[in-house]
Amino acid sequence: MILLQKTYMPADYFPLFIQLGCALGFIVFALVLTHLLGPKRHGAVKDEAFESGIEAKGDARMPISVKYFLTAILFVLFDVEIIFMYPWAVNFRELGLTAFIEMILFMGLLLVGFIYVIKKGVLNWLED
Amino acid sequence: MTDIKELKIVEAPDGHAGAGFFATSYSAVIGLARKNSLWPLPFATSCCGIEFMATMGSHYDISRFGSERPSFSPRQADLLMVMGTIAKKMAPIVKQVYTQMAEPRWVMAVGACASSGGIFDTYSVLQGIDRVVPVDVYVPGCPPRPEQIIEGLMQIQELAGKESYRRRNSEEYQLLMDSYNIK
Repeated sequence: MILLQKTYMPADYFPLFIQLGCALGFIVFALVLTHLLGPKRHGAVKDEAFESGIEAKGDARMPISVKYFLTAILFVLFDVEIIFMYPWAVNFRELGLTAFIEMILFMGLLLVGFIYVIKKGVLNWLED
Repeated sequence: MTDIKELKIVEAPDGHAGAGFFATSYSAVIGLARKNSLWPLPFATSCCGIEFMATMGSHYDISRFGSERPSFSPRQADLLMVMGTIAKKMAPIVKQVYTQMAEPRWVMAVGACASSGGIFDTYSVLQGIDRVVPVDVYVPGCPPRPEQIIEGLMQIQELAGKESYRRRNSEEYQLLMDSYNIK
């Protein structure tokens, strides 16, 4: 008996998109229909923002410190770098010296960025 | 451990059962769903709040009645449980929280202070929360035992199960809200 190795063409994945479309379509249909047909009661006080039972003041828009954003974005960058290292770890031996040097270059570039971040004092959480 | 045969689950309403389907009336199903998933808003102020904490614990376990998720946001709560002494300063806050709850909503006054002011017949204590919000069930006690709070919840379940599902859009309900000046 010959074992056939099936190679999948991109066209074979079309049913997945149909399924995705059906799921999305059902969600949209159900949401729209309940929005249109469902019972509603609105009131002046009822629709106000909930502030633990007291009168809501202001609109909650106030400037926040940039350090939160910087911490988050630096995390994302270095996390993506780590993710790139996962396939390299799996195929380490097969890829050989060439890939090793390429990865060292990649990490070196990111290391330069990291040194810049440290020198700029971005990771210093407490501001004087 | 409780034997599996002793576990009591919710009975299905009257309806026609067939192979792979069950047909019943709309109001029966909606009543069943509503009464077995009442999410409380624990408005716990005083000693009755402590009794409620015991009721929520595993020994008395209110979550087996469907009150699995207590919510402190009125937008996602069904049942406002006012437990404890409500001062006159707190009264508009109770009213605001009730007003911002989404229909259908029920109110349970737990304890003597929430029902009628309790032993505090003074200038600062609201003599019963039914002066500001419409109350469905009163649970007397000072404080009531967890079993009594559960009994109150079961009575709310009875009300929720039998309520007409269009009641909240009815004239009668609007008049009730107007009588309390709730917008």
